[in-house]
Amino acid sequence: MKLSEIADSLNFEVKTCQTELEREVAGGYASDLLSDVIANAREGDVWITLQIHQNIVAVAFLNNLAGIIIVGGRNPDADTLSKAEEQGVVIMVSELPTYEIVGRLYGMGVRRTS
Amino acid sequence: MDRALRQGLDAISICDHNSARNAGACIRAARGSKLLVIPGLEITTSEEVHILGLFDNPEDADSAQDEIYARLYGLNDENAIGVQAVVNEFDEVEDIDDRLLIGATTLSSERVIKLIHSLGGLAVASHVDRSGFGIFSQLGFIPPGLELDALEVSPRTGFDEVRLKYRQAKGYPLITSSDAHYLDDIGAGYTEALLEKVSFEEIALALRGESNRRILRQVRKDS
Repeated sequence: MKLSEIADSLNFEVKTCQTELEREVAGGYASDLLSDVIANAREGDVWITLQIHQNIVAVAFLNNLAGIIIVGGRNPDADTLSKAEEQGVVIMVSELPTYEIVGRLYGMGVRRTS
Repeated sequence: MDRALRQGLDAISICDHNSARNAGACIRAARGSKLLVIPGLEITTSEEVHILGLFDNPEDADSAQDEIYARLYGLNDENAIGVQAVVNEFDEVEDIDDRLLIGATTLSSERVIKLIHSLGGLAVASHVDRSGFGIFSQLGFIPPGLELDALEVSPRTGFDEVRLKYRQAKGYPLITSSDAHYLDDIGAGYTEALLEKVSFEEIALALRGESNRRILRQVRKDS
């Protein structure tokens, strides 16, 4: 499944890197501890978090994640958005809380990558 | 203060969560003794990183507290969290703080450190070795440009272990303190520093490694 299909069906607001939306999503990971994401998220995962600090961009870049979904309508800092544009990291924002987003993604067939 | 003196400490800092309201009484209680009491706060940033703000005087700590209180929401539940007493130097309760001091402020780590520095304070990342509320656990790494004056390590972990596990720690002075939540915890861990005299300014010099002042070693009582 592509990022664009997820963004369209769940009505996410794409904040950065519109050009990267054709990227394939291999799986999903939800966590708000960045150390945990570095250790346990896998390449191609879409990452669901409430963190908006600029470090999320580096973490997504390092782990080669498909993109970041920010929950609860939180607005990422300006620093975070400009870094994401620079490094080609897709950031999408949803009004929904993590629980809802994970449930819907699971329903669409996005699983934990093995 | 008595316990700190009995443990042979020269300086302590009082850093309640998001509050400095008990610092003044501790300073007054220590008057006439050789103990230096540094007023401070352990601030919870919006990313839930704990950062210590240490100040030269209670007025600056209070100014920091005003900014923090304005960005801290919710009310305390004494049954769940406990009583947040504000005491005077005679151990008398003068007020009960009803804010949710255990909560997070809406300030990012960057803004918390700017606030501390704007008041002449020292910004120290708390218990960086721990898996909760430490800068490495919450943010994965120290973001570039974050002007921390030191990293604090719990008494349970050695400086060498921290430098090995987190390469970025090599770029910062390390300190240990007891993080005492109870009287008996005081002195469980402390930092030895080479100073001309015991003062806030001298400690700042030692953290910067200036004028031959420096951090000497970590002391862990339980290990």
